Amino acid sequence: MSTHHLARVRHTAPEWLFTIRSLRHSLRDGESLLLAIVLPVMLMLLMTAVFGGALDPTGSYVDFVAPAIILTCAGFGASTTSVYVANDLKSGIVDRFRSMPVRASAVLTGHVLASVLRNLLATSIVLVVAVLVGFRAGGTLLDWLGAAALITGYILAITYLFAAIGLAASSPESANGYGFILLFLPYLSSGFVPLESLVSWLRPLATYQPMTPIIDTIRALMLGGDPGNQWIWAVGWCLAILLFSVILGSWFFRRRTRR
Amino acid sequence: MGWVMEYAIEVRGLRKSFGTQQVLHAVDFHVKPTQIFALLGSNGAGKTTIIKILSTLLAADGGTARVAGAEVGREPERVRRAISLTGQSSAVDEALTGEENLVMFGRLRGLGKLAAQRRAAELLEEFELQDAARKPLRSYSGGMRRRLDLALSLVLRPELLFLDEPTTGLDPHSRRRLWKIIEQLSRDGTTVLLTTQYLDEADHLADHIAVLHEGRIAAHGSAAQLKSALTGQSVQLHDDAGGLRAQHATDGSLRGLRDALDGFLGQGLEGTVALYSPTLDDVYFEITSRSNTVTGQGEQR
Repeated sequence: MSTHHLARVRHTAPEWLFTIRSLRHSLRDGESLLLAIVLPVMLMLLMTAVFGGALDPTGSYVDFVAPAIILTCAGFGASTTSVYVANDLKSGIVDRFRSMPVRASAVLTGHVLASVLRNLLATSIVLVVAVLVGFRAGGTLLDWLGAAALITGYILAITYLFAAIGLAASSPESANGYGFILLFLPYLSSGFVPLESLVSWLRPLATYQPMTPIIDTIRALMLGGDPGNQWIWAVGWCLAILLFSVILGSWFFRRRTRR
Repeated sequence: MGWVMEYAIEVRGLRKSFGTQQVLHAVDFHVKPTQIFALLGSNGAGKTTIIKILSTLLAADGGTARVAGAEVGREPERVRRAISLTGQSSAVDEALTGEENLVMFGRLRGLGKLAAQRRAAELLEEFELQDAARKPLRSYSGGMRRRLDLALSLVLRPELLFLDEPTTGLDPHSRRRLWKIIEQLSRDGTTVLLTTQYLDEADHLADHIAVLHEGRIAAHGSAAQLKSALTGQSVQLHDDAGGLRAQHATDGSLRGLRDALDGFLGQGLEGTVALYSPTLDDVYFEITSRSNTVTGQGEQR
């Protein structure tokens, strides 16, 4: 065992080691993994085969609803992050990392990166199912890259938000509870039905909440339409949520690990 | 390094409160290199708080603490490089296998992938965990989990090892096994600071014992010193049911023994005779009841 090894790998960032750890967790957490794969499929089939005919008799409802399902599933996938983070605090393993010459906050980064990778996989599954049930893509390669970037940005932002919730929660169970509320937001947006069809008192909320511009933009890009200036709002919301969550998260992390 | 530190741990006037509750009142002690030092105390005595301060997890309110020559509050990174902590709540990764846990900790400590794997294999063998190496920790028994927990602290041999109640909840067999490992570590040059609420554990393992009671060091010394500080041996006379009928202090000499027996016979007593030496339990109860009264007076003032 040579100094060669030691010298070379001193550069392995703890963030990366913790990402591998979190990915292993995801793979072994059977329920969550199943949920991450089954939920998108179920939701897609429910929306298109059950409600789709009533909502749009021409059969193109899948084109309309696919972005909303992607974001809903990403939200579900990201929400497990809060439970993982709360668990790590509860089990004392964060304290153990803190007693080592390691950046302990890297544990959080690991959970976030693993969640992003996990949810990109779930997103791919949603897309495959969407195509199977009749999704007709439009848009150029550039449009799709834009959509992919926005989806990734959204996943990153919402995951960080859930990580912050995990840090704020007093237990893994309550972390799970807080997260649940956020998962309803896509339903109260332009994602599943056009805004015009909502009851009047709900319309302002649906119009100005972050989901609507994000979903509108992704939909426009995937179908080859023009997102107008909705994309500015979409990117702005993602950045705002990310910034808010990072600040909140590091504040709570310092509080939970205060010496 | 030809230079040898006098003390591996030096604690002076350490104080800590949580809110209005003062947990540590001016705690002083020091630990010599390669010693096994036991902090003995009941639940809530402040043992874990001391371990947390010394392992840089918690800041003290006052006093100083030096670990491996570095001041805990000022140079936490230096302290962290010298120590390993095995906390009370088996902080291991439940979802990972024993091997994956060991490799991860090795790599976090800066070992390369191959080196970390090699070290993991060594430790699995040393701690007799090869059979469970590829199983997730969820399936481990309490004893196996503690052994792995300890192995995780040893991926790089630390200068100092902190063990917070290492054998709480273990069966006697696993306990003995862990004791052997700890003794070997000390022989190999690691300084061990452990906390325990078991007197026999302190008695068996520790070179030096500090009795922590209500946030103060109530007494310290080797197990033998602590015992001899109490009144010496006594001759006891028990009835058939095992109840204590009479006792007579003695110095352990032949003459003392005869005096005691003569005393019993003179009183016309009958029964089974036993020579009784104080245990660490006696010492502990004596000390804690004594400082109870001290605190009681303090409160009245």
